[in-house]
Amino acid sequence: MILDGKCPTGPIEKSWDKHRFDLKLVNPANKRKYNIIMVGTGLAGAAAAASLGELGYNVQAFCYQDSPRRAHSIAAQGGINAAKNYPSDGDSILRLMYDTIKGGDFRAREADVWRLSQVSNNIIDQCVAQGVPFARDYAGYLDNRSFGGAQVSRTFYSRGLTGQQLLLGAYSALSRQIKAGSVTMHTRREMLDLVVVDGVARGITVRNLITGELESYAADAVCLATGGYVNVFYLSTNAKGCSVTANWSAAKKGAFFANPCYTQIHPTCIPQAGEYQSKLTLMSESLRNDGRIWVPKKKEDVGKLPAQIPDADRDYYLERKYPSYGNLAPRDIASRSAKEACDAGLGVGPGGRGVYLDFADSINRLSEDTVRERYGNLFEMYEKITDENAYKRPMRIYPAPHYAMGGLWVDYNLMSNIPGLFVLGEANFSVHGANRLGASALMQGLSDGYFVIPYTIGGYLVTVKPGAVTTDHPEFKKSLEDVKATNNKLLSINGKKTVTEFHRELGKIMWENVGMARSKESLTEAIKVIPQIRDDFWKNVKVTGTGAELNQQLENAGRVADFLEFGELLARDALHREESCGGHFRVEHQLPDGEAKRNDADFSYVGAWEYKGNNKEPELHKEPLKFETIHLAVRSYK
Amino acid sequence: MSDHKTMTLTLIVWRQKSATDPGKFETYTAKNITDHHSFLEMLDCVNEDLIHAGKEPIVFDHDCREGICGMCSQVINGAPHGGQERTTVCQLHMRKFKDGDTIYIEPWRARAFPIIRDLIVDRAALDTIIQAGGYTSCHTGGVPDGNAIMIPKPIAEEATDAAECIGCGACVAGCPNGAAMLFTGAKVSQLALLPQGRPEAAARVKNMTAAMAECGFGNCTNHYECQAACPKGINVKFIARMNREFLKAQFA
Repeated sequence: MILDGKCPTGPIEKSWDKHRFDLKLVNPANKRKYNIIMVGTGLAGAAAAASLGELGYNVQAFCYQDSPRRAHSIAAQGGINAAKNYPSDGDSILRLMYDTIKGGDFRAREADVWRLSQVSNNIIDQCVAQGVPFARDYAGYLDNRSFGGAQVSRTFYSRGLTGQQLLLGAYSALSRQIKAGSVTMHTRREMLDLVVVDGVARGITVRNLITGELESYAADAVCLATGGYVNVFYLSTNAKGCSVTANWSAAKKGAFFANPCYTQIHPTCIPQAGEYQSKLTLMSESLRNDGRIWVPKKKEDVGKLPAQIPDADRDYYLERKYPSYGNLAPRDIASRSAKEACDAGLGVGPGGRGVYLDFADSINRLSEDTVRERYGNLFEMYEKITDENAYKRPMRIYPAPHYAMGGLWVDYNLMSNIPGLFVLGEANFSVHGANRLGASALMQGLSDGYFVIPYTIGGYLVTVKPGAVTTDHPEFKKSLEDVKATNNKLLSINGKKTVTEFHRELGKIMWENVGMARSKESLTEAIKVIPQIRDDFWKNVKVTGTGAELNQQLENAGRVADFLEFGELLARDALHREESCGGHFRVEHQLPDGEAKRNDADFSYVGAWEYKGNNKEPELHKEPLKFETIHLAVRSYK
Repeated sequence: MSDHKTMTLTLIVWRQKSATDPGKFETYTAKNITDHHSFLEMLDCVNEDLIHAGKEPIVFDHDCREGICGMCSQVINGAPHGGQERTTVCQLHMRKFKDGDTIYIEPWRARAFPIIRDLIVDRAALDTIIQAGGYTSCHTGGVPDGNAIMIPKPIAEEATDAAECIGCGACVAGCPNGAAMLFTGAKVSQLALLPQGRPEAAARVKNMTAAMAECGFGNCTNHYECQAACPKGINVKFIARMNREFLKAQFA
């Protein structure tokens, strides 16, 4: 099937304004008749729930944590982009769009990226009005810093806490609507199934994580703002509870999963210290503003203390290879370069899996106090984890899975191919193409939540009769029974291996075969081994306790069971995409200098997969990508 | 990968099936722990052993494991988050303990935080306080340009100091009165310091402090235990600022 993104036509500059005008409106008195389900209350979900509640819709919001304030958006450190051009350094909406399309290696939709760039400025205004304490200069104006993949300073920030401050802003707006009664918040609930009636999304089945009870909720539209799936690698920078479960349940009900192979491996994370490790911690990309990345030039220097290695014997490899962007090369490039250096035996620290991020020059140039003011909390966090003082010796960093550019397929209105199912934020695939630039995730989450879905959902709702389906419908009962059967099965196996052991096993296969460098052999291997682990899981997993109580093992078992299915799809997508682009690097497809080699003639499309049943091959649908404003070009940061 | 010496520790952990169950301490042994294990990774190892033995693992709240979501919440040897300065449980590392140590692990204990199970408590009361007024009532859209509201850098910095609160509730757990004054004071102060928050400052402080009392939190008697327990180092001066805002509000 050829998919249609239903993007507006005509001049790109007018596309979003024209579309907004063309969208039908829901009369204010009718809005209260419509129920909307919002699953996930991170940046996208909280912003959307608050905005839709304020418009007058009845919103039922769900999160698995004990409070919407805990969503993993909170961990974003560095900043949020906007095309304000406050520093007058040449920025514009078009330039932000250009950087995002290019950064994504020409695998995103132009119209979506234009809209994102256009509303980026509204986001800053909105957050300031909420009382988000952005960094200010001494005159009292908003301050900016630089981020990877851009030659302008367009990143707004709040210390190293930007995600926290933006999330708490959205959470405060959500709290106001909860108080006003327009949003009902259901915490400690995990969505385990999407209910589809006659091809239309009508509700969800959730598990109450405190009592274990399964609950049904019906609505006129279901929105998923359920985040990304890189915990499929087991070790990642995501929170422990992040999973693909909600999205995968939708995929199993017919929603297409787009570009799952586009995963972002973030270059600046604290390296793994041991086998017991449960997660990896990110060090913000903003550190690359003032830190210089290097490895020893000579293998015999690898074991030496960094101070013992003279400048002449250090390879500042990003500055050497990418002189115009230097240490601010995009994430995929910086990550692959780190891997190359370590694969060449030049890595530092335990297992040779690390490169230095050195602040000595900046401390000399700016003073330690200035560096502390900019990044103090990050240096503190680094010291807590590694017991090393990064003011005195360089940080050690290594790439780690961080973000999913892929996600459920949506059209320009953020609606999936299932009518009534909308997907927001990291959970959808729409704007980042094959690689996301730094400080763009917060921008997308808030753009979708505050400024896109409140308009586009109305265009759908006017076409449906409110309350047409209730939880009395047999599909809701069937969904409850299916979920219950799966949980009972997990609890009854009583095998020999824990859920975490299976997750680690899957993670290793994913990281080694479907990680930063992928090949036909490695992917074929993954596609062979993952079903074996999956079979073993369903025969040999041990889940203690019962389903009728708080049971964290059961929660995790369900998430890992889904990763064991989804991981295979990710590998299949990576195998089918015979090119390298952004975060998807196939060793067979590289330029003579080792850069990614795209194949625009054959792969300039969105690959959206339709689930066809467990252990059956999924079907690929394509949405061709057209580049009319930003012309296809080899991505170069040299 | 790890070349560190390992530790063996005795854990004395609060186990409680449900809010109505009486609960009791149980003793466990944590083996093969290195100084690079985080505290929660140490508990993960104990739980893996328990699961293999067919026993119920210890239940605890956690999520981001990088000290920012505020989900983790354990009293370790009598101190919320373990008593290391500016550190959440998830960022506490085992290098702060030594081989043979005995470690007591308990949930937050406060009237407003009923225990759900083992080390998990219900902190919905903190959300209730925010819902009472921890926001500016701006609409989505229809706000001025970000630079139209100028904010002196020192004010922005001080507001950020207050805004760093992660809402974990350690301040309540550390307070002999089970008060949420630091939590509430931080949000009241952040918004009172900023021009965007001024129009509603009086109503906000009244409503939020009223919600605090209704939720069963105690009052402040200047022990400063909240500041000592706070993993983000939120300063008690924000309680003083809230008190000033509260007094001013009486005449507003």
